[in-house]
Amino acid sequence: MDFLRPASWEEALAAKAEHPTAVPIAGGTDVMVEINFDHRRPEHLLDLNRIGELSEWQTGPDTVRLGASVPYSAIMENLRTELPGLALASHTVASPQIRNRGGVGGNLGTASPAGDAHPALLAAGAEVEAESVRGTRMIPIDAFYTGVKRNALAPDELIRAVHIKKADGPQQFSKVGTRNAMVIAVCAFGLALHPGTRTVRTGIGSAAPTPVRAEAAEEFLNAALDEGGFWENGKIITPSVAKQFAQLASGACSPIDDVRGTAAYRRHAVGVMARRTLGWTWEQYRDTGRTLEGAA
Amino acid sequence: MRVNFTVNGRKQEVDDVWEGESLLYVLRERMGFPGSKNACEQGECGSCTVRLDGVPVCSCLVAAGQAEGRQVVTVEGLADYARHREDAHPGTGCATGACGTPLGTARSRQAGDGQGTEELSPIQQAFIDAGAVQCGFCTPGLLVAADELLETQPSPSDQDIREALSGNLCRCTGYEKILDAVRLAAARQEEAVR
Repeated sequence: MDFLRPASWEEALAAKAEHPTAVPIAGGTDVMVEINFDHRRPEHLLDLNRIGELSEWQTGPDTVRLGASVPYSAIMENLRTELPGLALASHTVASPQIRNRGGVGGNLGTASPAGDAHPALLAAGAEVEAESVRGTRMIPIDAFYTGVKRNALAPDELIRAVHIKKADGPQQFSKVGTRNAMVIAVCAFGLALHPGTRTVRTGIGSAAPTPVRAEAAEEFLNAALDEGGFWENGKIITPSVAKQFAQLASGACSPIDDVRGTAAYRRHAVGVMARRTLGWTWEQYRDTGRTLEGAA
Repeated sequence: MRVNFTVNGRKQEVDDVWEGESLLYVLRERMGFPGSKNACEQGECGSCTVRLDGVPVCSCLVAAGQAEGRQVVTVEGLADYARHREDAHPGTGCATGACGTPLGTARSRQAGDGQGTEELSPIQQAFIDAGAVQCGFCTPGLLVAADELLETQPSPSDQDIREALSGNLCRCTGYEKILDAVRLAAARQEEAVR
């Protein structure tokens, strides 16, 4: 095994081009487990820790450009306002020790359906900045996950950053597991209200071969909210609408039975989380609306 | 490959490190720092917790090569680390460890065969006084995590303590005595500040 230690992003791209099978390692929270357990013996490890810019983020007018290695603990501490859904999801990642090392780039690189960041990224809307010596391309998050632990990256590409839409409304994240800490999600659900475009976006984790959006549920809800004038009148969402939304979210799952839970349970739980996160975010939206009215 | 980094204030150079080796393995098997324990090797148990440039991490998930040029504090150096914090940065701490170890401390540590001095850090003393140690296997990781908590949050709530120690498993104590120990250390720290 070779240990490659590029000192700059350009060096990292060159190394990845020369050794396309090299495994990038940043926080190590996935890669080292596989090496410790002898599940993986890559020819080359590509250490990204020396590239400082990967641990930085920039807040623009519409998006946050989040470096691939920004640790979850930094997201929780610094980006709660801009990225509330991702900050909530970050807080459910494993333990403080893991959150100090792991970041969203690793979650995307591994592309496990159980990665905690995915539902939040899908709900907020995001693009992955992938780069190789051939150039840079922006991959929409909806097109990024291509299969179980598979993503749209080419062999010579590395994830440099993720561009995540800044929250324009309330966001929530919910995760089912046996305890609060150190849990791989049985299933998870992210929901973001986008009052600017009058739309709702969702993300489902651990209940399909890849992280997915509940698109039929979103379409139904967007139409129902529009039709009832809910965005304007701020009324409580009709229980029948919430129920149908939950059912459609359940229907977006194609889960499996495994050690963490059964497919039937996952389908059920995703429906429950969809209804709850909708309720929580809508309450926040109504509260904010009232506050703003009062202020004006 | 060769790896250089600082452990408990002393520069170390290790040869013949396998590229896939963890920092934990290098500390225990190549450098003679067996304080950090090897249990799950997947970041679940926290018994290998060390400070890497001041940040608590599972050393089993850090590739040895990633520690190149960086500062590591293990439980063996916790007493000196706490004393240095007390002397040089009262009330705050030295999160990076970048200001190094005073010469006198380094000498006394050298005299003590690299295993630190007899004196314990406040959190270690509190663990003993509260009866928070049973088999002791999880203790080093808990001490490093708890010490960092008290560095960043001098008066933690019970919720803060539970959160900070949520990545450390103990199969003996039922955690109550461990929580007692952290509360005790926090209370003593507060008294000392007054």
